[in-house]
Amino acid sequence: MLEVSGLKVKYGEVEAVKGISLSVPRGSIVVLLGANGAGKSSTLNAIAGLVPATGKVTFEGELLSGQPAEDIVRRGISLTPEGRRVFPSLTVAENLHLGGAAHAAGEVLKGRIEAELERFPILRERYHQKAGLLSGGEQQMLAIARSLMAAPRLLLLDEPSLGLAPLIVDKVFDLITDLRSKGLTILLVEQNAERALEVSDHGFVLQSGQVVLQGTGPELVRSDLVKQAYLSE
Amino acid sequence: MDIFLQQIINAISLGGIYALLALGLAVVFSIVSLINFAHGELMTVAGYGMFFAIAVSLPFPFALAAAVIFACAAALLTERFAFRPMRKADMTGLLLTSFAVSAILRVLFQNGISARSKAVPLPAELSGAIDLGFFHIGIVPLLSIVTTALSLWALTLFLRRTTLGKAMRAAAEDFQVLRLMGIKANRVIAVAFAVSGVLAGVAAVLWIAQRGSVDPLMGFVPVLKAFVAAVIGGLGSLSGAVAGGFALGILEVLFQAFLPEAALPFRDAFVLGFVILILIWRPDGLIPAPVSRRS
Repeated sequence: MLEVSGLKVKYGEVEAVKGISLSVPRGSIVVLLGANGAGKSSTLNAIAGLVPATGKVTFEGELLSGQPAEDIVRRGISLTPEGRRVFPSLTVAENLHLGGAAHAAGEVLKGRIEAELERFPILRERYHQKAGLLSGGEQQMLAIARSLMAAPRLLLLDEPSLGLAPLIVDKVFDLITDLRSKGLTILLVEQNAERALEVSDHGFVLQSGQVVLQGTGPELVRSDLVKQAYLSE
Repeated sequence: MDIFLQQIINAISLGGIYALLALGLAVVFSIVSLINFAHGELMTVAGYGMFFAIAVSLPFPFALAAAVIFACAAALLTERFAFRPMRKADMTGLLLTSFAVSAILRVLFQNGISARSKAVPLPAELSGAIDLGFFHIGIVPLLSIVTTALSLWALTLFLRRTTLGKAMRAAAEDFQVLRLMGIKANRVIAVAFAVSGVLAGVAAVLWIAQRGSVDPLMGFVPVLKAFVAAVIGGLGSLSGAVAGGFALGILEVLFQAFLPEAALPFRDAFVLGFVILILIWRPDGLIPAPVSRRS
């Protein structure tokens, strides 16, 4: 579904991503693992069109490289950025509305908001509150719901469990598997390697901007590199 | 009592003009980090729009509409041809661009129209006052207050109810994420400029209603004041801009009314001195803008 080849991202003189190739099959959950600064977020941001990159990105057979973020989301790829980044002074309702406003209008838009409120009942309770007043977990739910308002076929999730309480982390991973079961394809960046590999079909391990290891979830869990670096055993 | 009420009316009507101008600056600044010093020239454009509309004997309401439309069009044109190509520049680059736009427009007015001021004749009905029994209220200050209130109300509705308004508020907080939602950056920025143009047009009409003429440098002083107002309020904060505008208007009128005769030439020094005190007390302004991420 998504094919990335030779992706490079440069910030000034610093090369954050040095030629990454990966593929995400339809209906799968793929995870990118790696230490801070390994280039995981840069890879997602480049796919979503937020940062300029060289190399080739194709989605459902169409070339995406070089398109701006506004256009890429229209093609069916939605990114939930790291740190949630809800619009704090806007209400939950307004955040959701903006998530879908470029993709649907009128009754269709209302229907999508209703569907997200069904999925996340807590957002219905907080509907008229400012997003900045929500707890971290609630903000993460809102950020994901807002990305889903675009009705994407591929969801890019950047560190969705970062800074959340263990119980909420469970919820986030339940949600990820649930979304996949409803037909969504997911490319996930996670610090929590253990949990991420449990739910993933395939994983890529990044080190200083390059893929150093890849394999299925169970393969990676067994590999020495992942054990040493990312799993607490 | 009469004098005191009169001063309050003056303060509110002057503060209202500053508030509209400061809002125009803040709307653009909050989204593109540009302090638009060409905002004053938008006022001047509005003034000439009004002048020409009256000169070709269009009815007065059309002249008012012409002022607002001209200012809005000028705002959009400067965005498209001056500020958009400089989008990637830093704050200094944008600031210099706005100085350039401002200077070019002033020269165009001076050479293309006239360096002298042009009288803008207003309908006679506007020059009177309404007798409320216990005191008189001038029609112009009264209309000015009503217009300011209506403009603020309309802008609030626009920002809260419409998708573009919500997008503008979101853009001020996190433009990058807004683009991730598929909302076009160029469109949001253009709308911000259009809104600032409309506000400058309305402010120009109110300004001209008090002085009855337009000249190439007309916008310079009010926009300088509006900039001060925006800083008092908290640069980039919309409610701050309104608060700062009224605060500055009230300060000016109060010092004008109550300073001893000998100190009056130094009124602005007193006002700005007081502004410094406000900023020592609240360095980020009365109602600071939230810290935002920008693309």
